[in-house]
Amino acid sequence: MALLEVSGLEVRYGGIHAVRGVSLSGEEGQVVALIGAHGAGTTTTLRAISGLVRPSKGTVRFAGKDITSMAPHQIVALGLSHAPEGRGIFANLTVDENLQLGRYLRTDNAAVHKDREHALSLFPRLRERLQQNAGTLSGGEPQMLAIARALVARPRLLLLDEPSLGLAPQIVQLIFKIVKTIASEGTTILLVEQNAHMALSVAHTGHVLEVGTLVHSGPAKQLAADDAIRKAYLGVH
Amino acid sequence: MTKFVQVCLNGLTLGSLYALIALGYTLVYGVLRFINFAHSDVVTIGAWMAFVFCGLIGWLGTDSPIFAMPFILALSMAACALLGFTIERLAYRPLRRAPRLNVLITAIGVSLFLQNAGQLKWVFGTQPQAMPKLLSEQALFTIANVKVPVVDVVIVVLAFVLLVWLQYLVFRTRLGQAMRAVSFDERTAALMGINVDWVVSITFMIGSALAAAGGMMYGLRYGTLLQTADSVWVLLGLKAFVAAVVGGIGNVRGAVAGAFLIAFVEMFGAAYRSPQMRDVYVFGILIAVLILKPGGLLGKSTVEKV
Ligand SMILES: Nc1ncnc2c1ncn2[C@@H]1O[C@H](COP(=O)(O)OP(=O)(O)OP(=O)(O)O)[C@@H](O)[C@H]1O
Ligand SMILES: [Mg+2]
Repeated sequence: MALLEVSGLEVRYGGIHAVRGVSLSGEEGQVVALIGAHGAGTTTTLRAISGLVRPSKGTVRFAGKDITSMAPHQIVALGLSHAPEGRGIFANLTVDENLQLGRYLRTDNAAVHKDREHALSLFPRLRERLQQNAGTLSGGEPQMLAIARALVARPRLLLLDEPSLGLAPQIVQLIFKIVKTIASEGTTILLVEQNAHMALSVAHTGHVLEVGTLVHSGPAKQLAADDAIRKAYLGVH
Repeated sequence: MTKFVQVCLNGLTLGSLYALIALGYTLVYGVLRFINFAHSDVVTIGAWMAFVFCGLIGWLGTDSPIFAMPFILALSMAACALLGFTIERLAYRPLRRAPRLNVLITAIGVSLFLQNAGQLKWVFGTQPQAMPKLLSEQALFTIANVKVPVVDVVIVVLAFVLLVWLQYLVFRTRLGQAMRAVSFDERTAALMGINVDWVVSITFMIGSALAAAGGMMYGLRYGTLLQTADSVWVLLGLKAFVAAVVGGIGNVRGAVAGAFLIAFVEMFGAAYRSPQMRDVYVFGILIAVLILKPGGLLGKSTVEKV
């Protein structure tokens, strides 16, 4: 059975029908890419999974449990971490305090310490800035902190919302390398990206979302080779 | 010299009372970004609850045991914590996602409800009552010919202890970290596994308990409890609110700094200029700070619509 199973998901914001019947699943240990242009509804899909918005229809199952109507803090407790879009970091707290919030629900201190060290070894730049106010981070550092903070929760499923957004190509490479590392260590990842090329290169399966509806789904290699997708999302003409 | 010392001591005592009350405004604003206009009524009810508990137990004169004051204080703080919890649960939580104006109007409604319910015959009534003398009026010691009464010392020490405790809570504990996270971004805080509703409830309870301490100590110092809608209470709450704004609303240290600044200006203005103008000085500071540093003395200068 898949770790994550989303079926027939619909989300409305008042009159706006942002997600219109999305179904997807993620097998344990896999990376699933969800690709969409601006406003396609990818962030909304992630929010519905992590409980930040209530879907109007459909179900979300995680690790065999129906989590559709659970509160976000209860979903986190089941092992699902969501590194939100853009700056989902607490700019009024230090980098260290942000990391501590990542482990808010954990009581296994020794294991937490190991996970924290591991996260910091993936992002050595954060270690130099532990006592710095998170609001002063720049470049790819906020994203690094958001990912590191999610890792300190030791999730079974990690939702990443556009981790490469607004970053220099070199940093994008670095972030994707780390996404790959995290996946190879056994964490299941649902990755939202506009950068389809990079996302499909690290994913096992992929989905393409257009105006709230999935228009393509399949193995990542196959999607990357698909002409229509290459034209629309890979900048190949 | 004697007058100067006396005025300083009065400022210290009054500042302590303002600080206890101002913190409730600032804590709630910190997590929910809204002004709880019913906070000053929790102060009033805290004082009256202390009176009621004293009556129920029979501690009405100076012959009360030494532990009467802390015991009544604990009861009154607990009762107001429960009141704060209830107000948030019933009146504000259903409006968490509503426009801010709706919540403000609701807060004014809650305030009017408490002020008027408090005057009912079977609640506190409309007659002024004498606050039981749980603390001796004897001077504890004398500085520069100024007698310092026990009640003043207790107020300053109590405020100091509670402020240090709050400072520790907010900046050194897991709960405090959760409060600061919710204050910055409620949604992301929830993604960390923080139960936002619970943090908001606890915040209201802490603020209300501090309000009760402020109200009861105010009653012990000034001796008379006026009916719950009296302008004395409204003005007390308003000045504490001014203190929170002057210090930078949402900022715990700022509220304390603002409280002492307001109290000293008020006391010095009253003693050396004109006693009738004391409230004018307080609101004068408010206006000056709002013009010169809109975010408050220790606050960030962000533009925030209330
Ligand atoms: N809180 C909201 N209230 C109303 N409409 C919203 C809200 N959030 C998103 N929308 C709308 O829902 C649609 C999908 O938004 P969403 O944020 O999911 O897009 P997205 O795929 O993440 O795109 P991007 O991140 O590139 O902007 C958009 O039309 C957006 O304007
Ligand atoms: Mg988005």
